[in-house]
Amino acid sequence: MNMVEVVDVVKTYNKGSLTAVDQVNFSVKKGELFGLIGPDGAGKTTIFRILTTLLLPNQGSASVAGLDVVKDYKQIRKMVGYMPGKFSLYQDLTVEENLNFFASVFNTSIAENYDLIKDIYVQIEPFKDRRAGKLSGGMKQKLALCCALIHKPEILFLDEPTTGVDVVSRKEFWDMLGRLKDQGITILVSTPYMDEATLCERIALIQNGKIMSVETPDEIIKQYPDPLFAIKASNMGKLLIDLRNNPYIKTCNAFGEFHHITFNNLSDSSMEILVKSLENQNHKEIEINPITPNIEDCFINLMN
Amino acid sequence: MKQFLSFVRKEFYHVFRDRKTLLMLFGLPIVQIVLFGFALTNEVKNAKIVIFDYAKDIASQEITQKFEANQNFQLTKSLMNAKQIESAFKKENVKLAIVFPANFYEDLLHLHKAQIQIIADGSDPNTASTLQNYANAIIMDYQMDLLQNQKLPYSINTELRMLYNPELKGATTFVPGIMALVLMLICVLMTAVSIVREKEMGTMEILLVSPFNPFLVIVSKALPYFLLSMVNLTVILVMATTLLDMPIHGSLLLLVAESALLIICALSVGLLISNITKSQQAAMLISMMGMMLPIILFTGFMFPLENMPKPLQLFSNIVPSKWYYIIAKSIMLKGLGIAAIWKETLVLIGMTVLLLFLSLKKFKTRLE
Repeated sequence: MNMVEVVDVVKTYNKGSLTAVDQVNFSVKKGELFGLIGPDGAGKTTIFRILTTLLLPNQGSASVAGLDVVKDYKQIRKMVGYMPGKFSLYQDLTVEENLNFFASVFNTSIAENYDLIKDIYVQIEPFKDRRAGKLSGGMKQKLALCCALIHKPEILFLDEPTTGVDVVSRKEFWDMLGRLKDQGITILVSTPYMDEATLCERIALIQNGKIMSVETPDEIIKQYPDPLFAIKASNMGKLLIDLRNNPYIKTCNAFGEFHHITFNNLSDSSMEILVKSLENQNHKEIEINPITPNIEDCFINLMN
Repeated sequence: MKQFLSFVRKEFYHVFRDRKTLLMLFGLPIVQIVLFGFALTNEVKNAKIVIFDYAKDIASQEITQKFEANQNFQLTKSLMNAKQIESAFKKENVKLAIVFPANFYEDLLHLHKAQIQIIADGSDPNTASTLQNYANAIIMDYQMDLLQNQKLPYSINTELRMLYNPELKGATTFVPGIMALVLMLICVLMTAVSIVREKEMGTMEILLVSPFNPFLVIVSKALPYFLLSMVNLTVILVMATTLLDMPIHGSLLLLVAESALLIICALSVGLLISNITKSQQAAMLISMMGMMLPIILFTGFMFPLENMPKPLQLFSNIVPSKWYYIIAKSIMLKGLGIAAIWKETLVLIGMTVLLLFLSLKKFKTRLE
């Protein structure tokens, strides 16, 4: 059974002048950890708000656990856990007061579902008398997750839960999501960080309101059309310009320490020819290796 | 029920942890009562007066000199014609006219009784009554002089006539007006900000995606502010009776009940504002600018409604504080019971129900 079903959904703002979500289709299976991957402004938050019944789609239909997001919005609101992208708890209430409040809003108590949040809550428990506004970014997200989980939802909607969170906390957060998934909770999560995509079971790559691909991360990487190489030299800035003007090169993108490139008409001698032509352009310490593409490579490839 | 209580508790946390809100909630009424209380009882200086002297004898001239010497008054001219009195009031901003009848001194001497007519501009009741008191004092002063010199039981009666507002409504009745003003402003402001703050902070987004009922949200938002406003009311009443010597002739219980009604009405206005605005700033602006002026203008305690043009008088009917002002005045000053004010009470109840209904209707169950 599909927990989330999105069919041809269109959402426009400003009386149709701005299309945020354009003919989007995807579905999430029960118990799946599904990721919506895309840059800021791609339409991720709009999709989340449609699914959590906060916005009405202009066209198409969407359902959560078999319930229509427009007609049956009251039932959906009782059974989903939602964590908005912006930190949305009461900053002037303490950690414990926030949790207690959201527990009682959902007619439950901390004690009742403590086993579900225990792993996460123990980490913030030392700060339970601290006001939520005074917590660090990672702590805030953990508290928000606790609040979204307190009523034991069947499905969790997490809108960019790791944005603005340090690397260590991000890792911890994803570990927690893995454990929640093991407990059978369906999780729909969005993130602008491509490296987090591989932590999901299936991902949808989204750009400018359109979904470009819905696959497992491995499958998306497998579908990358060309062999990919990483190249570096002493002057990286000049290298990028020269590579882009080089007739042998099909694509070239900067990726931190290396540039990722693909060749036109790849042959066994392609690498040597390229190195030679670059040496003629006064590049030194040239280093080139074949690599497997990551999600970001795939994303950029799909974008073009 | 547990849901509701925990929401109410949360609202109390918000109020008590926000120093600014707390200061506004309890500081503003005290400041306003003191400010308005003393500003409105200020003495009047250099008020323009005219004297119309039929007598032109020694007594009338001595009294005229006393008026001239007094710094509260500024004698602009002596009139020759009774018709000029009216035009002096209308055109020359004269506040008081003093009329000596013919044979003033003769009457005083032989009949042991003489009359002076004082005509005041009653459209500004507080000034008028203050000036009247000053004038009385001057005449009494002259009488004392006469008694000392001649040891004769002369007496002068002043006959007072208030033009434009003969009943002199609002002499010391500004206190009920300030009560209406303060309660309205505070209650509207507090609640206007409360729901919109949740929208701004994003917490409304989570609240919406929960089994919470909009009606509960609204009621649990209003309840804490209602309780706090009742505390405020107590403070205001205590201050009014002790500091400003305001009498409460009627039933205190009835007054409190009617005040509670005004508070609920004001809370409903605030909730409505909160539901239709998008930012705290907009909500504050509407409730400060949009409420303050109509309340001050149309409650009737600063500017008599009877003097206003008909369209404005009609408009004043939709200002809740106007009705409360009538009610509070009737209870506090005239000592009347519910039988005299049931109509006004009914109007307030009707307004409250309508406003609550509107704010429920305007409550958005989605983000747009």
